[in-house]
Amino acid sequence: MTTTLYTSDHEWLAIDGDVATVGITDYAQSQLGDVVFVELPKVGRTLKKAEAAAVVESVKAASDVYAPISGEVLETNDALAAEPALVNSDAQSKAWFFKMKIADKSELGGLMDEAAYKAHTA
Amino acid sequence: MSVRDDKDSLERTPLYDLHVSLGGKMVPFAGYDMPVQYPAGVLKEHLHTRTSAGLFDVSHMGQIRVLPKSGKVEDAARALERLVPQDIVAIAPGRQRYAQFTNEAGGILDDLMVANFGDHLFLVVNAACKAEDEAHLRANLSDTCIIDSLADRALIALQGPKAESALAKLCAAAPTMKFMDAGAHEVAGIKCLVSRSGYTGEDGFEISVPAADAERLAKMLLENPDVMPVGLGARDSLRLEAGLCLYGHDIDTETTPVEAALEWSVQKSRRTGGARAGGCPGAEKILAHFDHGASRRRVGLRAEGRAPVREGALLFADSEGGEAIGKVTSGGFGPSLNAPVAMGYVPTALSAFGTKLFAEVRGQRLPLTVAAMPFVKNTYKR
Repeated sequence: MTTTLYTSDHEWLAIDGDVATVGITDYAQSQLGDVVFVELPKVGRTLKKAEAAAVVESVKAASDVYAPISGEVLETNDALAAEPALVNSDAQSKAWFFKMKIADKSELGGLMDEAAYKAHTA
Repeated sequence: MSVRDDKDSLERTPLYDLHVSLGGKMVPFAGYDMPVQYPAGVLKEHLHTRTSAGLFDVSHMGQIRVLPKSGKVEDAARALERLVPQDIVAIAPGRQRYAQFTNEAGGILDDLMVANFGDHLFLVVNAACKAEDEAHLRANLSDTCIIDSLADRALIALQGPKAESALAKLCAAAPTMKFMDAGAHEVAGIKCLVSRSGYTGEDGFEISVPAADAERLAKMLLENPDVMPVGLGARDSLRLEAGLCLYGHDIDTETTPVEAALEWSVQKSRRTGGARAGGCPGAEKILAHFDHGASRRRVGLRAEGRAPVREGALLFADSEGGEAIGKVTSGGFGPSLNAPVAMGYVPTALSAFGTKLFAEVRGQRLPLTVAAMPFVKNTYKR
């Protein structure tokens, strides 16, 4: 059973055991506009919470995607290199950015559930 | 997300309500609340302009008439030549030309379009510079000319391969115009000033229309299924692919027309040996750059990967080490090329097409190649 949590910077995390799958929210993609390039972290990199982990670029601008929690990058979504527009069409499923090992479960406490995130973007 | 300017201090163009009703995402630009995109998005708006027709609100730009006190347009042309390195006298009635206001150092104060309307000149200048431009014209030309700023007019650009057929339905003269023709024409019965020009690299028109009639005219044009509203986002990606300069970025008070690779815009009559050589602010420096070359040059840059190289990125000759040799002044993703495109300044010795360079992006040096501009072939109706 996975739980989805959200950050105030518009990332989502699907928690499955000690692995979190991370992406940007549908709200975030709608604000960015047409995504033309995604730069993902290297597998094996240890991310610290709040550090820049990935970059998502629209025609107009580049935006950082921050690590919502600390942990090692286990896998990245190669499909985004070939088809960055997936971020626009399916931000919260097919367009996941990376999977990471959750280093400290207590960091999840500071994240929002769906209802709180909806209120945040309302 | 981005910090917004105080919306209350922003001006609105006569098409503001139309932008909002069309779902335009409004952002501050040059003191105006302008649509950066509509619901279709930058990518679709860009591609639609290249394949069909896009309608742009460029009413924030300045429209200025220069009227000769003598009644002879040549007198206004001669006067304006005191401020620009272009041959203005040679602009025939009904024709338009690209020009730059220069400063004493040979740098560029603004770039502009100058049309000869038979008894006066009609100038279109950048929004961010229009107050300074008007003051500059008054300070220098008032002895022989009246400077009349047309604040009560909107400016609508209609660009793309179907711009002609779309405008022809409302303006019989449209198909008879050639690239850089300009004149007074009725559009849907409204007295307009129409030029066949633009800022996209496509064939198209710019239509100066009284503010009170602007929304009605824009709606009539948008009724045509070929025409889509296009925001500032796609305007920027279109002009970048077309290799056209954005004032304040690719050209400014520090760049001469020669450094900016705009030699084509300075006619022989104003160069060394010409009938009216020099005579504008900074002419010595500009002519020296023509005669002896400049040490740096604006070039087009193509990336090998898909990562956009944006404004401010430093350029290097090698993949590691060494000092920066230049800087990117405009860069982004070119939707028609489906690839990153940029322009920037490099030492003239490294400005030849095919030269390999590197741009530093997030701590990594990405390979670039100096490339010819426009990146996308222009389709002007000459």
